[in-house]
This record gives sequence, C-alpha cells and structure tokens, in this order.
Amino acid sequence: MKKESFVSVADLTKEDINRLMEKAAFFETNPNRKLLENRVCATLFFEPSTRTRLSFETAVNRLGGRVIGFSDAATTSSSKGETLKDTIKMVSNYADLIIMRPYLEGAARYASEVTDVPVINAGDGANQHPSQTMLDVYSIYKTQGSLENLTIAMVGDLKYGRTVHSLIVGMSHFNPKFYFIAPDELKLPDIYKQFLEEKAIPYREFSDFSEDVINQSDILYMTRVQRERFTDLMEYEKVKNIYILKNSMLDKSKDNLRILHPLPRVNEIAYDVDDNPKAYYFEQAKNGVFARQAIICNVLGIKSDD
Amino acid sequence: MLQNKKELQIAALQNGTVIDHIPSEQLFKVVSLLEIEKLKTPVTIGYHLDSKKMGSKGILKISGKFFVQDEINRIALIAPSVKLNIIRDYEVVEKKYVQLPDELTGIVKCNNPKCITNNEPMKTRFNVIEKENVTIKCEYCELKIRKEDIVLL
Repeated sequence: MKKESFVSVADLTKEDINRLMEKAAFFETNPNRKLLENRVCATLFFEPSTRTRLSFETAVNRLGGRVIGFSDAATTSSSKGETLKDTIKMVSNYADLIIMRPYLEGAARYASEVTDVPVINAGDGANQHPSQTMLDVYSIYKTQGSLENLTIAMVGDLKYGRTVHSLIVGMSHFNPKFYFIAPDELKLPDIYKQFLEEKAIPYREFSDFSEDVINQSDILYMTRVQRERFTDLMEYEKVKNIYILKNSMLDKSKDNLRILHPLPRVNEIAYDVDDNPKAYYFEQAKNGVFARQAIICNVLGIKSDD
Repeated sequence: MLQNKKELQIAALQNGTVIDHIPSEQLFKVVSLLEIEKLKTPVTIGYHLDSKKMGSKGILKISGKFFVQDEINRIALIAPSVKLNIIRDYEVVEKKYVQLPDELTGIVKCNNPKCITNNEPMKTRFNVIEKENVTIKCEYCELKIRKEDIVLL
C-alpha cells in the first residue's frame, strides 16, 4: 500500500487530476462501496468548518469506514500547549488516515512529514483547500464534459479567495482562458498573474462586471466580497453591490455556461438566479462527497473498481 | 612597501580556507551561518578592512578547515560575491564561489505570522524558485518572498 498525502493543489499533475476525476465519477454512480471496512479515519478540525467536515465524514461513512476526531480545538491538548507534532504522533497510533483542518498555514504539510499515516489537508488557514478545488474541478468536468479549452470568469474577491487561487493552479493544466472581475482593492495578486504568464495562459482583468464577459464564458465562478477585507469601508460600500449576478444578466449567455460558488453566499448571487438551470452551486456542494471519496481512496492506495 | 604592510595585517595561513570579499555588515552573520564559533582551530577575523572594490570588507582566515559546497552555499543569500581560497602549504590550490542552493533549510524566517514554522519548534524550509533575482517559496505555507523582503533567522 502506497502512502501518499494530499496537501496542496500545486503537488498534483494533470494525470493526478484526471485520475481523481474518473474516480469521483465512479463514486457518483456507486456511492456506497465498502472500501474502507475496518479502517479508522481521524478528522482533526482545529478550526470549525461544518460543511467540509460533514462532507468528509459522509465520504468516509459511505465507504464503510469509521470516524474519530474533534471539531473544536478548545477541547484538545493543543489548548494546553501541545505541539502539532505531538498531537499528530498520538493520533497516528489510532487512525489509518488523518483529515485535518489546522488554522496555521503549512500545518498539513508539516503533519505529513512527521507521520507515516496519510494526511489530507481539509484547508490550512488562507493557504490551501485542495479538496474544495477538486470538487470545483469535478463540477466543471461534469457540466462541460471536459476540462480542456474552457473560458473561466472569476468574480469578486480574487485577492484573498484561496479557492480562486487554487482553482487557477488546478485548471492551469488544461489550456484555459481566464477573465478576472474584481474591484481594485481585491484584484488577483501579482504572483498568480506571473504564474499564468509563465505558463502562457491568457487572462484579462476587468473592474466592471458586464454581460459581455458573461456571454463569452463557459464557467462563471462567483465569490463573496467580504466586508472585513477592506481597510477603507467607504470602498466596500462603493463596490459591495457592483458584483452581484442577476438572472437578467444571463439572457444571452452560452447554453453550456454554469455558475459555481464555493458557498456560503450572501448577496452576490440574486435569489432569482437559483431557478435558472445554469445555476450549479448547490449540486457543486454535493459533488464534494464524490471528490472526497476519490481523494481518500487515492491516498490510501485503494483501487475503487475492486 | 605600503602594499606589503597592508597584507601583513593578517597572518599567513598554512592550511585552510580564506573567505574574502565578505560585505562588512554581513561578516558576523557569515561567522554564525558557517558555525565558525564551534571550531577549535585558529581563526582570524578581519573586519572593516579597506577594499578597492567594496570600500569596506570582511575576511575570514580559517586554519585546518575545508568547507564542502553545501556548507558555503548557506551564505549565498547574504554574501553572494564571496570568494573562497583553499590553501594548502601556503599556496592557493583552489578557488570556490558560493551558489544559491535549490533549498534553504533553517536559514530564512517565514514572513507569514500564521505559518506553521513560526508557531512550532521546527526548521524553516524554502525552495529557491528564481535564482537570478532571488525569489523563494516557503515549503509549508507556500508564501513567495522576494529578495528585498528576506529576513534571516
């Protein structure tokens, strides 16, 4: 059995992503497979995230595994000053797999170095959230039939939105074209633009959220503009209502366009969009279980078609 | 005559390494990165010496010590143009230059306060992703740091 951790989207090759997509598709048609019988999976959530934790625990349960863990670091020894290393070493004695959400960035990578048990990163601070990226990529794969040659428009907080950054890296293998729509305060950081330029991936930046951009896109990836990100609240007041998607803006969009959102949404997608068949954000969340089943089997070296 | 006197500021070395052209302000950092203080052999440290090229320079004469490339590459970030003369029997037998390694372990501090390396008793690790202009990336939190923002531990 091969031990492999799942820590960062940057570690994944095109082949890795393709393999995970096929596995996720397999679990979508066969969600209940007893592939984790007699295995114990630990979910260590040092920071609360109900959505991600339930999605992972559902994935483990559907695979017939058992779950131990915690969802609040206040109840653990880390609140008594135990190092992460010691916590991981201790849990490694009990579990066959560690799924962790630390609040410190890079902690999942470090954990994977101090234990022989595979580690899955369920989000480390503002750094990486690779299982979210896999469910985003799987949603694109499912709705478009392929990952190749797509035009992806990303809207909202492109500066701090880690799902945006990881999706750019994940999709970079598939010859995409990007449109970035954001207020000046929340523009995509230079290092990601450099990354795209090095890979010769075309992109354009806009500060207006116009129907022109929507009409050319295959995927519209919406994110929340968070009030707490602004140093100048006047700026927030100015932009908060600009990046709102309304149903009328989709009239001339492509038939294959799908709207994604990592959720939770606040007001950036008007409720009248929910009934549009192009709205995909609720199914997108459901895809998370299949993508996570694929990731879990992958790190444990379990072949899903057994 | 004057030239000779200048050279005599520092004793000649029979066997060992002379590290020349160290920027004066980095001299003691170089001493600590190379762990000179742990050596038991004679070491001459020259500080604020005149240099035509640099104005002021530092120099280290270390008896009986021959560095492997990995050791001297530790100082590449702070003293990239340093020259090493390897001395055997009073003769310079080899010259070495430092090269920025692909990986920097335990040398640079991560600028991200939420990085695990700033919160756990562990060594930092950076990958050098751009050698020419020097850009490094934290192996853990993946923060990219440009040369001018690099802070040594």
